Amino acid sequence: MQLARVIGTVVATVHYEGLDGIKFLIVQPVNRHLAPKGEPVVAADGVAMAGPGELVYVVASREASLALPEKFVPVDHAIVGIVDAVEPLEEGME
Amino acid sequence: MKLGRVVATVVSTINAPIYDNRRLLLCDLLDDSCRRTGGYTIAIDKVDAGAGEVVLIIDEGNSARQLLDAPDAPVRAVVVGIVDELVTDGRVVISGSETR
Repeated sequence: MQLARVIGTVVATVHYEGLDGIKFLIVQPVNRHLAPKGEPVVAADGVAMAGPGELVYVVASREASLALPEKFVPVDHAIVGIVDAVEPLEEGME
Repeated sequence: MKLGRVVATVVSTINAPIYDNRRLLLCDLLDDSCRRTGGYTIAIDKVDAGAGEVVLIIDEGNSARQLLDAPDAPVRAVVVGIVDELVTDGRVVISGSETR
């Protein structure tokens, strides 16, 4: 699971039937200092509550579709949580 | 499985149900000499790992779902061990006597 920042929304009227009602968001993966890293991807919103600007965590690959009501649909990234805080632990962070 | 070092916890209130009441750890990934590789992963904590500890992370969905007993959960990475000793090419990277 990786952290990402929601940077946009995607609307696709024509889509695979199992994806009805699923919200798609563009997310920018970030490193642990919350700086952008890598290319943005389109992720399905598994919590149905994420919006632009929010920090979220994302699962990729097979696990992504398990975050959605229909368990076997063609998605490769899904948002599974909205981050309230990343709290550094004393010893590990520098 | 991967080696990681626990650096932070991730707190969320809105999340997939499997993450309710579970501790999420942000772990830097390490190579076989305990150097940071630059990557990280967020993993569910099953062993009460603490700050700075070197841990074993399983980063594979089927295993994660089995050990959480949740066949349909959107989860992939779980912290499953705390490393006491690490020897690479005969060189002691982490000595068993200095931890816990």
